[in-house]
Amino acid sequence: MEEKLTLFKNRKRFGIEKNIDIIFKNTALVLSSFVAIILLGIILVVFFQSFESFSRYGLKFLVTSEWNPVKDEYGAFTAIYGTLVTSFFSLLITIPLGVGTAIFITEDFVPKVVREIIGSFVELLAAIPSVVLGLWAIFVMEPFFRAFFVFLHNFFGWIPLFSTEPTGRNSLLAILILVVMLLPIVTSIARDSLNQVPKKLRNAAYGIGASRWKTIFSVILPAALSGIMAGVLLALGRAMGETMAVTMIIGNSNAFSWSLLSPGYTISSMLANQFGEADGSQVSSLFYAAFVLMILSLVVNIFAQWLVKKFSLKY
Amino acid sequence: MNSLYYQKRLSRNIGDKFFTSLSVICALIAILPLIFLVTYILIKGGSQITPELFTLEPNPPGDDLDAGGINPALIGTLIITTIASIIAIPVGVGGGIYLAEYSKGGAFSRFIRFGVNVLAGVPSIIAGVFIYALIVSTKILFGSMYSGLAGGMALSILMLPSVIKTTDEGLKLVPNELRYASLGVGASMYTTILKVTLPSAFRSIATGVVLGIARAAGETAPLIFTALFSYYYITGFGDLFYEMGSLAVLIYNFALEPYDAQNKLAWAASFILVLSILSVNIFSRILAAFNEKTKRV
Repeated sequence: MEEKLTLFKNRKRFGIEKNIDIIFKNTALVLSSFVAIILLGIILVVFFQSFESFSRYGLKFLVTSEWNPVKDEYGAFTAIYGTLVTSFFSLLITIPLGVGTAIFITEDFVPKVVREIIGSFVELLAAIPSVVLGLWAIFVMEPFFRAFFVFLHNFFGWIPLFSTEPTGRNSLLAILILVVMLLPIVTSIARDSLNQVPKKLRNAAYGIGASRWKTIFSVILPAALSGIMAGVLLALGRAMGETMAVTMIIGNSNAFSWSLLSPGYTISSMLANQFGEADGSQVSSLFYAAFVLMILSLVVNIFAQWLVKKFSLKY
Repeated sequence: MNSLYYQKRLSRNIGDKFFTSLSVICALIAILPLIFLVTYILIKGGSQITPELFTLEPNPPGDDLDAGGINPALIGTLIITTIASIIAIPVGVGGGIYLAEYSKGGAFSRFIRFGVNVLAGVPSIIAGVFIYALIVSTKILFGSMYSGLAGGMALSILMLPSVIKTTDEGLKLVPNELRYASLGVGASMYTTILKVTLPSAFRSIATGVVLGIARAAGETAPLIFTALFSYYYITGFGDLFYEMGSLAVLIYNFALEPYDAQNKLAWAASFILVLSILSVNIFSRILAAFNEKTKRV
């Protein structure tokens, strides 16, 4: 008995090893809290920098569209409208396209190899830097769609959205390039959630005589809906914050117009375009706009995470 | 008896055919952009590739017929992404280790995981705005304003969430038996992590990190008012504290120039950027597939 105890005594760790262990753990702890520090830092810094503009304009900033550094009057309505409208319409196009592609990849219409190649093609699209997409949009997409825009204006000009004569860069091009950027996000998340639907559900539906698309619409899509919704929200957050490609193609004009065929602005393109040369109270107003953008994308992101947690699959 | 056979004319079968072709069309439209984009960049950018491109400085826009090369931007991209990696990888791997190995699913770790996801969703231009306010406008870095260092910091904010996530997820895949075995033979926690769990998760973490670096190399928005742009060769360490060019910002600036020579340079830079990013992506995909086949443990 006595002998055994000394054995255990000898096996005690050295003090130095214990200390290293504690130091290691605490370093990891500190490093992991950096995320929270940076996040809070971003929110606080942007908020305090925008304070001057905030106290001067209050919420009026959000609904007036005059942006005039000469008269020192600022309102971000054009940019906010542009951000919301480009995100909305790009999602409107992307959702059916992305979900359709995801269904194609997860069903067995073609051999698995072909589907995997298509899947990785779409994912590789996400790897293309947005500035390159912008370059492509300027030199390839814009000339390609010019005739189509003229057609849109001539035949649908009575709709306010197409009411202006198309001249070069405009919001609709920004929407189209956003579709290219959002497609990989929506497709890959929709594919993952469709893949997670248990095979049992599909077999049961087939068993009671449902056709393939009846099964997809009534069983599989509803079961995967929460995942797809989360993907859509993530894409929405991305669309609102997307900067380079949009800045290069949207035309950067602060003159407000309902029309998608006229040059516009988004918050992020306004930041990219003006931040470098701004001074005085313009800087504070730009920070205010950045704050608005941040709040918008935070709300969307947090909602997406909540949705995933709340409605994650329970099969 | 016919009812046992497939009947083309049944409305459900017609509807099925219709939706099937619709999804085929969706898939075709989805892969078109990548094909168009890559072929266009290969043709348009590939034709601009010359040895001088890699050695010369870009000429300032003007009526010059010769735009010069992209040497400073190429080196600048390498330097800025290296700075970003030096900051983001230790912080991210350390944070990931805490989340996966030490935390027990309490409030703190849930908050950090939530923060990682939120930070991943912060628009990239906000990272630039943040660094501008914190470092560029305060001249906190030895009185220098726009600098490659500030650019690297802005990029590291974007890399951080992806590094933490891949570390966290990579470590979670390591079977617990390995940890028990290591702790059972008397190894301390940090030896277990450094000698057992991290090495066995190394491949998946490395793949994720490399993909994160490739993504950061193409980011432009955080750099346009932190690192700005420079036309001149990078000659020494001191240049870290001055404006620094990068491929991404070069593409942005020169795409908007009205001169053909500069536009061509932008295409050449895109060619190099896209080719390197795509090859990293494809290589890591092949590696991941290979890993799947030769899975140990």
